[in-house]
Amino acid sequence: MDAATQSRSRLAARRFMRRRLAVLGLFMVLLFFVFAYLGPSFYKWKFEDQNYTSSLQGPSVEHWFGTTQNGGDMYALTMRGLQKSLIIGLIGALISTAIAAVAGAAAGYFSGWTDRAIIALIDLLLVLPGFLIIAILSPVFEGHTWHIFVLLLAAFQWMITARVIRSMTLSMKEREFVHAARFMGVSDWKIILRHILPNMSSFLIIDATINVSSLILAEVGLSFFGFGVQPPDISLGTLINDHWQSAGTENGYQFYFPAVLLVLLVLSVNLVGDGLRDALDPNAKVGEQR
Amino acid sequence: MGKFLLHRFVYLVVLVVIATSSTYFLAAAALNPRSNFEGRNPPPPPEAVDSLLDGLNLNDKTPITQRFERWVRGVFQWNLGDTIDSGSVNEEMGRRMGVSLRLLLIGSILGSLGGVAAGAYSAVKQYGIPDHAMTFASFCILSIPTVVLSVFLANSGATLNNAAGHRIVYNTGEYTPGLTEFSRAGIADRLQHLALPSLVLLLQGFAFYSRYQRNSMLDVLGSEFVRTAQAKGLRRSKALIKHALRTALIPMGTFFAYEFALIFIGSIFVEKIFSWHGMGEWFIQSIQKNDVNATAAIGMFVAVLVLIAGFLSDVVTVALDPRIRRS
Repeated sequence: MDAATQSRSRLAARRFMRRRLAVLGLFMVLLFFVFAYLGPSFYKWKFEDQNYTSSLQGPSVEHWFGTTQNGGDMYALTMRGLQKSLIIGLIGALISTAIAAVAGAAAGYFSGWTDRAIIALIDLLLVLPGFLIIAILSPVFEGHTWHIFVLLLAAFQWMITARVIRSMTLSMKEREFVHAARFMGVSDWKIILRHILPNMSSFLIIDATINVSSLILAEVGLSFFGFGVQPPDISLGTLINDHWQSAGTENGYQFYFPAVLLVLLVLSVNLVGDGLRDALDPNAKVGEQR
Repeated sequence: MGKFLLHRFVYLVVLVVIATSSTYFLAAAALNPRSNFEGRNPPPPPEAVDSLLDGLNLNDKTPITQRFERWVRGVFQWNLGDTIDSGSVNEEMGRRMGVSLRLLLIGSILGSLGGVAAGAYSAVKQYGIPDHAMTFASFCILSIPTVVLSVFLANSGATLNNAAGHRIVYNTGEYTPGLTEFSRAGIADRLQHLALPSLVLLLQGFAFYSRYQRNSMLDVLGSEFVRTAQAKGLRRSKALIKHALRTALIPMGTFFAYEFALIFIGSIFVEKIFSWHGMGEWFIQSIQKNDVNATAAIGMFVAVLVLIAGFLSDVVTVALDPRIRRS
């Protein structure tokens, strides 16, 4: 890393740190990770524990988030679900941004038939709502791991970003450094990967962050109907599916703990995304005026 | 202009045809209607299952292209096939479309109009207290999944009823059976049922549209033609509405088109939580019952919805953008 890029990222970091809400969001996201992955090892109960003698107990020192009908510990279950939701959001966002980057840049760079084919695919996928298609396909990946589910989620998330990247590539491929690289005989894909995409890295970072929260929401929606994460795996979506009917009763804690944590998680990720946009995007209005 | 719209329309129809066919193939390949009979005790004779499935055009022993051909021939005769319970898909769809329409209409229209108005206002008064409040509120609402928001509002409704001591809103179903439909009591009853689910859709539409409209309005407000309009002596309000807002609405058309499919997805959750028997609920049931024809019909319904919304947004763009109109 040379001096110029270093100072640029330091500048961005400084601008990010100035946004108090964004820093709070980042802190919360890190906290969620720590609690989800390290929390359970310092806790008395495991998520698979079922203690029929203590069913449906409210939150207490013994069971922080109370217990379920089967005497499962709600805190252990929620942390387990949080793990899955976090990892699905993270991996899915990376895959989706990667697809968007490659497809969008290829469409913009090669133009002609490649461009037309990718645009048509984007339009088609925008007409077919991802939720419906993944729900229809759910019997196929039922009983398999959640990896296929993540791939499917990412496959329906990249389209709008790809469009933006395409138009950015269209203007960028006329710039001198791309011409220079082409005249030096650098191959097309190498130009895309080494010269064009790194030049939109801030956009890609922002997009990936925002995708994390969209994917977490999509996961919850599909798992709520049993079309996403399948038992024995647990996610925040399956927990909400299992317990939403308790919401109005005295056992409402079973719904509210995972639901409120979910909202806080999505909110924190969105705050980080907003802060990154202001810090990295020189054209962002808020960043300019402060 | 006519040529542009015609071109767009043909393109959208082609997309709908491809989308609907893909939905049929995916549903026919992924769903297994035969499994509905496998768990029964005593197991029905295979020949009986075969002939039943043949009659419904659901037999997985028939090649998928043949089943598709038969289905397409039906669609051209305005017949979407049979449900797995040997009912008519057309009839079921007609009934449920009405339910979904009544559910979605008020909430989504009020939400999008209110959102656009609020977003534009918020941009004009940027960094004022209403702007901060609105931005913060829509930021929070967009972070709440539809399921959680629906469950939360359904419970708040129950709490409200308890606090008031009598029933103000209902949180399950579409209406109370037994009331005359067009009497005053009947309509009031329907509105009581409609209030909470509409509020979910309204809040989400409001949050979504106000956010985008604010951004798009901010982009326009700094531009020179707005300043020119004011310099020419137009009143500020007129310059803002006729010049700024009009331009800022153009990019919203595209959002509107794609958001339309999402409204349907949102209604799946709302129907589930508030027990309405509309298209969304039907979609879930169809997949759970391995009902290929019904699933394909719903896929087609959504694709046509997106087509209508997409075409409307093109019409709006043409109406608002003189550059496209003249070309």
